[in-house]
Amino acid sequence: MWISILQDLAEIFSATVTKQSFYRPMMKKIIFSLLFIICLFKADLFAQIDGAVVKPYKADFLLQNARVVTVTHGILENTDLLIKDGKIAAIGQNLTPQNYTLVDCSGKSVYPGFIDSGTSLGLVEVNSLPETQDFMELGKLTPQMQALTAVNPNAVAIPVTRVSGVTTVLTQPRGGYFPGTAALIQLNGYTPDQMDAGFKAVIMNFPSAAKSGDYDSRSEETIQKEAEKKRDEIDEIWKKAANYLSIKEKGGQLKYYPEMEQLSRVLKKEIPLFIEVNAAKDILTALEWVKEKDLEVVFTGVAEGWKVAEKLAASKIPVITGPVLTLPGRASDKYDVAYTNAAALHKAGVKLALRTQDTENVRNLPFHAGFAAAYGLGVEAALKSITINAAEIFKVADRLGSLEVGKNATLFIADGDPFEPKTQVEQVFINGYRIPMTNRHIRLYQEFLDREMKPAE
Amino acid sequence: MRTKLILSVIGTFWFIVVSQAQEISKGDVFIKNAHVITITNGLLEHTDVLVENGIISKIGSGLKEPKGVPVVDASGQFLMPGIIDAHSHLALEVINEASSPITAEVKMEDVIDPFDVGIYRALAGGTTVSHAMHGSANAIGGQNITLKHRYGTRDPDQLIMEEAPRTIKFALGENPIRVHGRGKNLQPRSRMGVEAVIRNGFEEALQYKAAWEDWNASEKGKEKPQIPPVYNSRLETLVDILEGEIIIHCHSYRADEIYMLIKVCQAYGIDKIVFSHVNEGFKVAPELAKYTMGASVFADWWAYKFEVYYSTAYNAAILTKNGVVTSINSDSDELIRHLYHEAAKTQRYGGLTDDEALALITINPAKQLGIDKLVGSIEVGKQADLVLFDKHPLSIYAIPQMTWVDGVKYFDREKDASDQRLKVDPEETLEPIFLHTEHHNCMRDVDFYFTGFGRNLFGHSH
Repeated sequence: MWISILQDLAEIFSATVTKQSFYRPMMKKIIFSLLFIICLFKADLFAQIDGAVVKPYKADFLLQNARVVTVTHGILENTDLLIKDGKIAAIGQNLTPQNYTLVDCSGKSVYPGFIDSGTSLGLVEVNSLPETQDFMELGKLTPQMQALTAVNPNAVAIPVTRVSGVTTVLTQPRGGYFPGTAALIQLNGYTPDQMDAGFKAVIMNFPSAAKSGDYDSRSEETIQKEAEKKRDEIDEIWKKAANYLSIKEKGGQLKYYPEMEQLSRVLKKEIPLFIEVNAAKDILTALEWVKEKDLEVVFTGVAEGWKVAEKLAASKIPVITGPVLTLPGRASDKYDVAYTNAAALHKAGVKLALRTQDTENVRNLPFHAGFAAAYGLGVEAALKSITINAAEIFKVADRLGSLEVGKNATLFIADGDPFEPKTQVEQVFINGYRIPMTNRHIRLYQEFLDREMKPAE
Repeated sequence: MRTKLILSVIGTFWFIVVSQAQEISKGDVFIKNAHVITITNGLLEHTDVLVENGIISKIGSGLKEPKGVPVVDASGQFLMPGIIDAHSHLALEVINEASSPITAEVKMEDVIDPFDVGIYRALAGGTTVSHAMHGSANAIGGQNITLKHRYGTRDPDQLIMEEAPRTIKFALGENPIRVHGRGKNLQPRSRMGVEAVIRNGFEEALQYKAAWEDWNASEKGKEKPQIPPVYNSRLETLVDILEGEIIIHCHSYRADEIYMLIKVCQAYGIDKIVFSHVNEGFKVAPELAKYTMGASVFADWWAYKFEVYYSTAYNAAILTKNGVVTSINSDSDELIRHLYHEAAKTQRYGGLTDDEALALITINPAKQLGIDKLVGSIEVGKQADLVLFDKHPLSIYAIPQMTWVDGVKYFDREKDASDQRLKVDPEETLEPIFLHTEHHNCMRDVDFYFTGFGRNLFGHSH
């Protein structure tokens, strides 16, 4: 159609440019080509890029007729949930629709977003490539290193993770005695600050007196001595930090000493200390070490917690354990100790949260919880360990961890039990943002399921 | 005379001991009233399965309880065929012979470790057969061995599934390039070099074969060449591949390298090839369906190295829906314990049916290992490798309760004792503890990997 219009235009132009019939066909051709190119160019300006981007966006959503799994106040059937200004504004039956975007949740369940209490998400892009690893600094004493600084809001693994209903993760540095400061992040935002979920903790790796794996050829004596030496080093650091703090509190002049500044905040209980400790006897040593100090402490890892569960419970120290889907630590262990550890801790009365300790497969958190549930933890406790318990340990229970009015609208809709692989997570919201249910894995699926498929008309 | 008698008595005794040692134990069992997931014939409710001498002899409801056969009441429980892992390094003392880009002569059957407690742990996860593979350091690696998890034997040979055809490991991409190209300045240094190494190997094998044919033919005539060709077990093996006697299982990730090897195989008339890992297999699914014995993939592993950055957890679903014989493997002593859960992930990522998902860990890997006539489904006449779950195996809450190999029960959750090691090192005063170490070991025994540089580079190693 438009080509014939062009031809007509060319005819008119060539007719006006020259009256000589000899040139007319050629002129007509030239002008036609020029017009054609101009039109192509013009068309390009409008349609050079195919497809539309699906972005997170904020609106007021009314989730209607859902099975609302509040975590803290039981399960509410046929219930509506209103998301307004990023918060859960109302939960109840037959809420008035007004001008909200309606989401029919008949036959669907709504859960609070899941929290993974220990990951490297955002700090690593490709595991084997050092250029993309930002979780470890040089030196044993770097508590001031901020994981939040190095979080890449555009890490490909972030959208891969959040469509599973995992909305919030602790992302943490690794390495030395005090590798740095971990940050709780929500998996939506364009800057680290937008992702900041409002909690930080200084990480400490407790020196181990256990023989570690195949390559450890040290004698029992050497192992013991080295662990003691490391504890002495840590005690020295601790004294130094206490010194720093007392000088500071007395108004003394201090040089820039960010390591001690950060540790002094731990001493003042402004920031908690997360102690990674796994072997049973290390856990007992760590309990002793902590007892002498007035600190806010959480134990992480705690792989052999089942062996000392009563003592852990008595200490009232919360525990972040996992991964659940991992091998037993020792060849002599029962095959399922990693599956049952969480249950043993819970039964002893330990306050418990779970972690995957993963980067690209943090999306498997619900499956870790499901395995723990099956192997003795039970579904309810497993659910709490990745929602409200984690939120309480991270002191964000006023905003996250359950479906309650006033909390952040960080939640998801699923067509069944989110621990079951068969279940589909249909919609995720983070702070009231509707999260696009897509990521690179899904786009590759869409493109390659049928290579010859023509786009829908 | 007397000495002769003594010798013959000793000889007979020796023969009895040896022959008994080689006897593989087979069992009888009657499993009553189970939900039987046959894989090839749907789900049979309230069905009994009778096993006699290690073979499934009857399947039906209301079968008569035979006398003298142990009975298992499986009411409300789910019986499925033993899970088969087409890519594993379980029960191997070493994995890589990284000394050359081609090491077709080495055999994993020479390095089986029957004391690996991982075998028991795999049984506790319902896995009864694993394909114990050479590592991925070389473009053409060693010959693999298919194992049956008859845990408890101290005889490595008793773990071998004797009926299984020969297979060999190939490897493309980053690993052989890193070990030989970057590590030793030897070809292959790139994916071009990987193709060249494989083609050169096949060409050399053809020359070798021709030289022997010449020699053998000339022996009959009068004009005998001066020297016979030198026997070369590496080239012998490559000739066997070219003659279709060995199934290739090729470690691969990117679509281009998968496509490359498909073309190389076509050029040499090879059709017995399975691609393993194949993270980008979904991009060449129609080609994999048309020209190969299939793809053996991870459910969701990705981003552990650059060549798996552009992966999708929907890989198994895309491959299945494009008609590729697809399996899900472990490549890990950890994953091998819950392949039923790995298979279940294909229901989240791509919505496979129960039958499709369970085929990924039973009949499909059996096909890829050439043992589908013997195992991989519950059918009369097949070997009685079975696992009983308390719930449907694709549910996250399912727990394997009992596992049989050849009708012999090797795992029973109720009778599970905590220490299942077959031997304990008497010199070991302090038992080592492994804490969330990487469980993947395709690159084990590659020296370079254990240098500080290598370790940093390859935290994940398969």
